[in-house]
Amino acid sequence: MNFRIIEEKFFEILMIVSSVIICGVLVLILGTIIVKGLPSINLEMITQVPKGGYYLGGEGGVLNAILGSLYLGIGAVILSVAVSLPVVLYINIYAKKNSFILNFTRFCFDVLWGVPAIVYGAFGFALMLFLGMRPSLLAGIIIIAIVILPILSRSIDEVIKNVPPELSIASYTLGANKLETAVKVILKQSLPGICTAVIIAFGRGIGNAAAVLFTAGFTDNIPQSLTSPAATLPLAIFFQYHSPLEQVKERAYAAAFILTAMILIINILVRLINKIFSKNILK
Amino acid sequence: MEYEPHIKTNNLNVYYEDHHVLKNITLAIPDKKITVIIGPSGCGKSTLLKVFNRLIDLDEGVKVSGEVLVDNENIFAKSIDISRIRKKMGLLLQKPFPLPMSIFDNVAYGPRIHGIKNRRELRKIVRKYLQAVNLWQEVKNRLRTPASKLSLGQQQRLCMARGLAVEPEIIMGDEPTASLDPLSSKFIETKLIELKKDYSIIVVTHGLRQARRIADYVGFIYLGELVEFGPASQVLENPREELTQKYIQGIIS
Repeated sequence: MNFRIIEEKFFEILMIVSSVIICGVLVLILGTIIVKGLPSINLEMITQVPKGGYYLGGEGGVLNAILGSLYLGIGAVILSVAVSLPVVLYINIYAKKNSFILNFTRFCFDVLWGVPAIVYGAFGFALMLFLGMRPSLLAGIIIIAIVILPILSRSIDEVIKNVPPELSIASYTLGANKLETAVKVILKQSLPGICTAVIIAFGRGIGNAAAVLFTAGFTDNIPQSLTSPAATLPLAIFFQYHSPLEQVKERAYAAAFILTAMILIINILVRLINKIFSKNILK
Repeated sequence: MEYEPHIKTNNLNVYYEDHHVLKNITLAIPDKKITVIIGPSGCGKSTLLKVFNRLIDLDEGVKVSGEVLVDNENIFAKSIDISRIRKKMGLLLQKPFPLPMSIFDNVAYGPRIHGIKNRRELRKIVRKYLQAVNLWQEVKNRLRTPASKLSLGQQQRLCMARGLAVEPEIIMGDEPTASLDPLSSKFIETKLIELKKDYSIIVVTHGLRQARRIADYVGFIYLGELVEFGPASQVLENPREELTQKYIQGIIS
């Protein structure tokens, strides 16, 4: 057989195998969580806070962590979008191409992206000590927002970079200024991409244990205000998994299942919202 | 000409970095006529349009010298309101780019930006300009549907309506039919001829046949220089300059 044909076949098979591995990993993860966690899932688990002796197999659930994580994830995404959107709009629409500030900002995002979450957590803790703050929902939100900031900014940056320049030109031609063009045209056109960025960032944020360990704390109560500490699902998983009791270990998988399901539900919700608002975009 | 033309340039020079794109252009665009600028690709004719509505501000490393007078004010003066200049100079691009919104909102986009908020008034404007480009009958029952769902030809007419809705004084077209099918092209050409009774029109093209069909005046730009400018019949049929002659005969491009 011709060498080029063998070569072609070899690499095709290699690509298929790689794709199968990727899908396999996902199936394995989901499978493990479902098989191990589903039996311990019940209504109590998602509607109750831990009661006395919960971590020794007693009654109760992880509602504290579910709500804590949800508040943290949503709060952090909102805060992070509020910071990253202006930055990204600035570097894409206002800043000069190849200017120092533009390149430097992108460089900062890339570096920040590579910083491990535990470093953010430690940084947040040091900052809190300095300010005399206690672990709280607010501190957690701020640190998670910083963790997902580079992810959000860089993803939104890519999306906005890909908006056809003619679209802005069409808007300018009609007499619109940069702000009008940015808000009414560019953001609208980038909405699907921004939604994807938000979903990814939310997943990153809500699943992060290291950054909230020091900053949000952990509690058996549902957070009542921004200044009260908040439990999170990743930490709930962590604590339960380290229990010697089999039954509590299973609850760790159940909590993992709940976390995954929450991310999935948010994913679907955001996509639905996106569908409603982006019917007009140019394909 | 017994009146002052809308647009005049005096010794206009444009540089991109070290590249001298437009050289000493002095010209007056006749009012209420179609002026077609011809010339090979890259000769600077699109740059000329960009100068007229100051879209050139968006490009970097550009230096402009000389004067561009629109209604006797130098549009490169410091005090000028760019938004007002752009409103005055409608531009039809090569490829239609509807904004990411409904058909209605596309036409209403300009008027809204320039301060018209009243819904009834907006409806009137949208209807008027969609009718002006013969699109009303086709879309009147689906004004709220995405503009991107229209065909390419319809999109270009929509872009025309969108441009007219801000009530410009001058219409510019940068090869406005280059991406359209023959029928849609013909429509745009017919429309331009119709519109010249109210507007001064400048069209950039490298299609000589299009120039023959619609031009009242023709300017020929070659390597950044305005080689010849005059009535269409003269420039296209009996050019005074040898370069123009060669271009029209297809010897240089």
